[in-house]
Amino acid sequence: MATAGRIEDLHIVRVTKSFGAFTAVDDLTLTIPGGSFFALLGPSGCGKTTTLRMVAGLEEPTAGQILLGDRDITTSRPYQRSINTVFQSYALFPHLDVFENVAFGLRRRGVKGDDVTKQVTSVLELVELASLARRKPGQLSGGQQQRVAVARALVNRPDVLLLDEPLGALDLKLRRQMQIELKRIQSEVGTTFIHVTHDQEEAMTMADTIAVMNAGVIEQMGAPAEMYDLPKTAFVANFLGQSNLVQGQITGQEGDLLVVRVPGGDVRVPVSRSADTTGSLVVGVRPEKLRVANGNEANVNRVRGRVLDVSFIGVSTQYTLETPWDPERPVTCFEQNDEGAPDVKPGDTLELVWEYAYTFGLDGDEDLEAGTQFLGESSTDDEDE
Amino acid sequence: MVAVLPSSGQTFQQGGGRRGRRITPYLLLLPGMAWLAVFFLIPLFSLAQTSLMQMRGASPDQGFVNAFNVANYTNSMQQFMAQYLRSFWYSGLATIFALLISYPLAYFIAFKSGRWKNLLLVLVVAPFFASFLIRTYAWRTILADDGWITTTISHLGLLPDNRILATPIAVVAGLTYNFLPFMTLPLYASLDRIDPRLIEAASDLYAKAFTGFRKVTFPLSLPGVVAGTLLTFIPAAGDYINAQLLGALQNKMIGNVIQSEFIDIRDYPTAAALSFVLLATILILVTVYVRRSGTEELL
Ligand SMILES: Nc1ncnc2c1ncn2[C@@H]1O[C@H](COP(=O)(O)OP(=O)(O)OP(=O)(O)O)[C@@H](O)[C@H]1O
Ligand SMILES: [Mg+2]
Repeated sequence: MATAGRIEDLHIVRVTKSFGAFTAVDDLTLTIPGGSFFALLGPSGCGKTTTLRMVAGLEEPTAGQILLGDRDITTSRPYQRSINTVFQSYALFPHLDVFENVAFGLRRRGVKGDDVTKQVTSVLELVELASLARRKPGQLSGGQQQRVAVARALVNRPDVLLLDEPLGALDLKLRRQMQIELKRIQSEVGTTFIHVTHDQEEAMTMADTIAVMNAGVIEQMGAPAEMYDLPKTAFVANFLGQSNLVQGQITGQEGDLLVVRVPGGDVRVPVSRSADTTGSLVVGVRPEKLRVANGNEANVNRVRGRVLDVSFIGVSTQYTLETPWDPERPVTCFEQNDEGAPDVKPGDTLELVWEYAYTFGLDGDEDLEAGTQFLGESSTDDEDE
Repeated sequence: MVAVLPSSGQTFQQGGGRRGRRITPYLLLLPGMAWLAVFFLIPLFSLAQTSLMQMRGASPDQGFVNAFNVANYTNSMQQFMAQYLRSFWYSGLATIFALLISYPLAYFIAFKSGRWKNLLLVLVVAPFFASFLIRTYAWRTILADDGWITTTISHLGLLPDNRILATPIAVVAGLTYNFLPFMTLPLYASLDRIDPRLIEAASDLYAKAFTGFRKVTFPLSLPGVVAGTLLTFIPAAGDYINAQLLGALQNKMIGNVIQSEFIDIRDYPTAAALSFVLLATILILVTVYVRRSGTEELL
């Protein structure tokens, strides 16, 4: 029960979970601030559900500790924790109606009669389901079931609410609608939400803080805009949005800019945005920061290449170029269609430019392909619907 | 992808035709209905007819004539009320014992058996590989007066008559044993169907293990309980093998009476009337039971 004061932080301290010889979560340390909307983002099989299940108490960590505030809850039973879960599959009780599903947790904790009615009714109003209280879960649409699942967890006013890809089964439109609704509910009740998803767009629209997880470890954690602007690993650069990456060597420094030699010329990276100041460096830039050169730019990075593909997407035009950076990895540019698209055809040579300040530098040992195999994972889901 | 689906649905509708689709299920039912008519409805009707026949002469040997002799019912009921009630008493007890034994067994197989699941299921049905009669005969040996079970229990002073065979205990034990798989299998099927995430959800929502069982697992297994108790109770109520092989004269059930009226005495109207009453009573009991347990929709 969240007491009147502040909601407590959740600490996951050096937690490891192995299934036999396989390590699903590897030495994970994470602090989730009380009252935040926290998104755990990562490709399928990276250990998100396992992490949530350990927080919920449905799985016991092989090593490490989980603390709520300063209470160690590592080995306490699920029913002893003030943490509730919205399951990936909803897991509504099919033999109970909506009201009784939502009342389940209250009744188990000894809340009686009128209090149950009052609390259930108010939470059903919050999720706009009051009129369906006497329906069985089987008689509800997917979106309604999802809201019952949220209400059933939320009515207990837990310290932490865990949401395991609760929107996965919904179609795109309903999913967007539910994202907004969940965000609204979270700001109304102030509970800590830990939202697991592999949809990066969903994570960025909903969360105050995102942690990108890969193969059992956290790659990077921070505010969505910050992480998008300055990814720290190639995995994050490729998984959270897209990036153009190129391998280079740092050859010098000009003020607060590093000069990096890449195939086909030099590019400049702000020292503050670089992982390193000497040796090799992976240089990156987001596709929408690139624009087609008009000949009078100064103090910009440049890349020239042969146009492979031009596709018009309404608000923007996407150019794909083969460049000296790496003929195997085409450079992508999203050009805003604000002043009429230039007449460019595949086969033309084009020069793209971008501001130094948008460039970022990653550790030289990073694998440029990391995270790209999951690209389009969320958009594939959208098409399934 | 999305655009293709509705149009393919439409083609199907046009091709199949609305009327064609409405008739198809009934066409599929036809063989079953014909079977039922020939092998159930017609015999049932002839049974009803027989139950109202009258003796041609003074003894059944002289044959019967069609009549509307309702006295067959009243007389046979008066005469065999004891056996009739005993049948329901024994089969009721056997059903309860079978449920008490089967539920933990089915629960274990469904949730805890891991890779042994299939083997255990085979073991549950294994008795069916031997004939019902042989198995029941085997129980005569198992429960024999000088068998180790009887001697052990009577040494403990728990048996007033110092015997099990030819007592109600033996008959109920035999019924329980013989119909156990009919209880276990539907229970297992309904327990196995329960999504384990529901049980996790219950524990996430502050239910301790036993509360979770009481509030989630058990209610969801009710269809299996109802199916299992029916599949045990109905055949057990009409059974005569167990009472005949394991019971004494004073443990006879209604099945034994019907059997001897039909086969030995050849008083067909009495036997038919008794059969009919048994059928009707079971039908009423089952209806009340299914209504009371509130599982019509789940069955
Ligand atoms: N009970 C288990 N026994 C063995 N391996 C398991 C078990 N549960 C999970 N794993 C493995 O642990 C890894 C992480 O699983 P987890 O369910 O946490 O993935 P996830 O990040 O939630 O993926 P998704 O996005 O597909 O839901 C997977 O490779 C999975 O196969
Ligand atoms: Mg998962």
